[in-house]
Amino acid sequence: MESLMIILVGILVSVGTYLILSRQMIRIILGTAILSHAVHLLILTVGGLKKGGVPLLSQSDGPYTDALPQALILTAIVISFATTAFLLVLAYRTYKTNGSADFHELRGMSDE
Amino acid sequence: MTVDIAIILIPFIMAAFIPIFYRQLSKRLIGWFVLVIPVSLFLLLTTYIPRVSSGQTLSNTYEWIPSFNINFTTYIDGLSLIFSLLITGVGSLVILYSIFYLSKKESLHHFYCYLLLFMGAMLGVVFSDHLMVLYAFWELTSVSSFLLIAFWHHRKASRAGARKSMTITVSGGVAMLVGFLMLYVMSGTFSIREIIANIDRISDHTLFVPALILVLLGAFTKSAQFPFHIWLPDAMEAPTPVSAYLHSATMVKAGIYLVARFTPVFGGEIVWFWAVTGVGLITLFWGSFNAVKQVDLKALLAFSTVSQLGLIMSLLGLGSVAIHLGYSSETVIYTQAAFAAIFHLVNHSTFKGALFMMVGIVDHEIGTRDIRRLGGLIRILPLTFTVALIGSFSMAGLPPFNGFLSKEMFFTATLKITELDIFSLDSMGVLIPVVAWVASIFTFVYCLIIVGQTFFGKISPDILEKNPHEAPIGMLISPFILIGFVVGIFFFPNLLGHYILQPAMASIYPTFPSTEEMTPHISAWHGLNTELYMTIGVVLIGVTLYFLLKRWKPIYRIFPQKLSFNVLYERVIGFGENFSERATKRYMTGSLTHYFIYIYMAFVIIAAGVFFMTDSFEWNTKNNAAVESFELILVFVMIFAAIAILFSNSRITTVLLNGVLGFSVAFFFVVFRAPDLALTQLVVESVTTALFLLCFKYLPDLKPEKSTKRVKFTNGVISLLVGATVSVIGLAVMNYDKFESISTYFEDAYNLAGGKNIVNTILGDFRAFDTMLEVVVLFIAGLGVYALIKLKAKKGDADIEN
Amino acid sequence: MKINDVILRTVVKGVVFIILTLGVYLFFSGHNAPGGGFIGGLVLGSGIVLLYITYDLETIQSKMPFDFKKVAALGVLLATGSAIGSLYFNAPFLTQTDGYFNIPILGEKHLSTVTIFEAGVALTVIGTLVTIILSISEDE
Repeated sequence: MESLMIILVGILVSVGTYLILSRQMIRIILGTAILSHAVHLLILTVGGLKKGGVPLLSQSDGPYTDALPQALILTAIVISFATTAFLLVLAYRTYKTNGSADFHELRGMSDE
Repeated sequence: MTVDIAIILIPFIMAAFIPIFYRQLSKRLIGWFVLVIPVSLFLLLTTYIPRVSSGQTLSNTYEWIPSFNINFTTYIDGLSLIFSLLITGVGSLVILYSIFYLSKKESLHHFYCYLLLFMGAMLGVVFSDHLMVLYAFWELTSVSSFLLIAFWHHRKASRAGARKSMTITVSGGVAMLVGFLMLYVMSGTFSIREIIANIDRISDHTLFVPALILVLLGAFTKSAQFPFHIWLPDAMEAPTPVSAYLHSATMVKAGIYLVARFTPVFGGEIVWFWAVTGVGLITLFWGSFNAVKQVDLKALLAFSTVSQLGLIMSLLGLGSVAIHLGYSSETVIYTQAAFAAIFHLVNHSTFKGALFMMVGIVDHEIGTRDIRRLGGLIRILPLTFTVALIGSFSMAGLPPFNGFLSKEMFFTATLKITELDIFSLDSMGVLIPVVAWVASIFTFVYCLIIVGQTFFGKISPDILEKNPHEAPIGMLISPFILIGFVVGIFFFPNLLGHYILQPAMASIYPTFPSTEEMTPHISAWHGLNTELYMTIGVVLIGVTLYFLLKRWKPIYRIFPQKLSFNVLYERVIGFGENFSERATKRYMTGSLTHYFIYIYMAFVIIAAGVFFMTDSFEWNTKNNAAVESFELILVFVMIFAAIAILFSNSRITTVLLNGVLGFSVAFFFVVFRAPDLALTQLVVESVTTALFLLCFKYLPDLKPEKSTKRVKFTNGVISLLVGATVSVIGLAVMNYDKFESISTYFEDAYNLAGGKNIVNTILGDFRAFDTMLEVVVLFIAGLGVYALIKLKAKKGDADIEN
Repeated sequence: MKINDVILRTVVKGVVFIILTLGVYLFFSGHNAPGGGFIGGLVLGSGIVLLYITYDLETIQSKMPFDFKKVAALGVLLATGSAIGSLYFNAPFLTQTDGYFNIPILGEKHLSTVTIFEAGVALTVIGTLVTIILSISEDE
């Protein structure tokens, strides 16, 4: 399962990278969102999968799944939400101010 | 807090206060207010004289960064006391002078702030025992010198001069730092005194000579020694009080200080002897030779300073022989060179300070420093003429002024050294007195130029039209005090010698038993000997050359302008600037995509490269959990959704596909026993999707990518490489079992943190710092969104950037 | 734009009530069961956003006169403040403590200072979430 997950992560990272390398802002923002999905899965996977029960002491007497990656991911999810929101707003403010959401065109405009 | 440390800190504290409080002080008062500091520090330092002259040294340690073993150790001995007296003494006079020199319209608070900063830094240099602290203060003097040279920063020449001095002195400083680090490697300590104490242990180390050369580079650049002297003439763009203070009396002497301080460490080496003596003599000759052709009085003084610094430097070099020979009653005579060096150091500060102030007065009252336009000023500025006469004649080495005494001692030292037969002195040694003598002739000539072409001859009519008059009394006090010393030291040299110079000898020659022996009795008349004949020769030939100046001046045209060090410096700097600009433009294209590509390629090359080089890739499936059929379906759903995003040209579709990915991730969280994550992911994914849809109201629809096939292909390859690298790292991490997992610690959550949800106790308790800062980040992002939307530029401000 | 959809409003009234209750429940159960400040905050925040979407801005603002930026700021203040608070008890920064207290009527309860910290987290999440969504939708 872990190997399979890591290959999935690799595919997600490739897709995210490709989107980030494109010219349109929406694609780039989507790329970051997909990258964060990939990273969350990666962190969880390298911590070991299904090695024990839910990390709740009230549910069982162990063994438990590694709880540390979960805590890290929880933090990461919220942060990536915040950055996605910020990027989105940044993108549409740029679009409104400059009339374009394409990086190449934006570069060209600044040369005028 | 002890008094010694306070001495260093007070100027800094005041420098910090001036920008805050200068508004409360009137422009007239600010200088007087600042003057209090050097004067009181000077008086305080004079109270150290009795203790230090009786052979005491004082040291105080204040632990600054104990974990790095960096201590703020002040160390006061004879050598540092001389320098500190010069710094505060000349500092007081210069500030007094500047009160009258600088117009009330100048930004005086900046000027005094920088000046105090410099004073503190310079005191720090001479009082520090710790090499790193010394280095920090050393660079701070360069910085404050930069600020002071560029004080009139609206002038291009000022800025250029400031940059040049900064570039050269800081480069030398960095070399010195490397030398210091080598000393640390060899001796295991940063304390100068400890290094001197353990000198036997380190002198055979392979790094010893490189360290020596690097430390000397620092000293030579700071003290404007050939060929690094080129910054000093350009630094004359600074206001004259600054030139008098930094660029003749104190900062440029920091290099001398360093050489004197390190003589006990490196003095026994032949490299040290020839480097210090040789460079000093070349500088002495080159400076005096070039001073003659200058037409700007200040530039002339700058070259003369270069030359005099060379003289002091070469004396220190000659004196280092005594260290090499070791102590005996015959060798002690060679320490006289070092004695002459410190003696001349003090003398030079007195007469050169007075001369600079004299030039300042001429500039201030007449409006020019060009000797081609000056002449006959003796009638207008009689008092200033007195200063010029005494200062110049002392510099030329004539009695009854202090320069005569030290110059005679210099000749003695150069003659004495030829008697030795070490360091191949028996063949080369004869050059030393010859160069010294020739340089002294040129020195004599330029001294005559200063006096003769400024104060004698005809006054040009345009100067008379302006109706100039003698300087105000306030500007004359300082130079007169200095020439008072010039004359006073001539008549009572042994007072200075015994109380101030003698303890410094103990710092330069710590292994020599008695300082009494190393302190010669200075007398003006010592019979008709070679030295006196040399001086008489200097005077005769000098006067002849002065009157025939027009005949032989064309020899300066022999040296082509293109080959000067200045041109070389400009070339190097110019080339550096052009090259880096071109190189930067090559890769800084302004395209974000390109920058991303650099980042990704660096990541792939470094991360994957490590795996490739160390052959550490490993794929082992034996610890893997079993794959359930629905998990397999979920994986394929995600792969399908991800690839579909690439080919979708409708933004709604892409966002929904992203939602599919997000919810699948949430589902994986459920499968992988992470209920908290699953809940959070579900909510966040819903909100994110809503957010995207909301923002689409304002964003254009997706267009098909207009990139060429080639670009798409490259991007695709890069993405695949990045993905593959991540997979490789992930697989390797999975199989890495060198360390135990730390997670079992958290399973004791109930006892440690009183919670039964391990994830939550980690968030709220074990690693609450992360959570706290994360909350702050979240809040900042929220404010950022709000600010981006609500705070729009007003219509008129829209094109500020254009 | 006024859409007269009674059904939506009626449903939302009920749903929001359930969501808010769920949020409060998740928040309090956090220390021992799935839940906690983040999740509770997110659920509560989305509930409030749902209200805004269904009704118009003015109605909600008259009922809930909060400035959500200030709510978020208050949250940050609570989180950092509870962290600094431990310094007054000679404990390292961010030390949390817990204990059992006998409270009348409710009986013996397990109380922890983490709750204050978590409340700060939850308030920040609510405040930020609502601020982001509202400022985007208010933009014209």
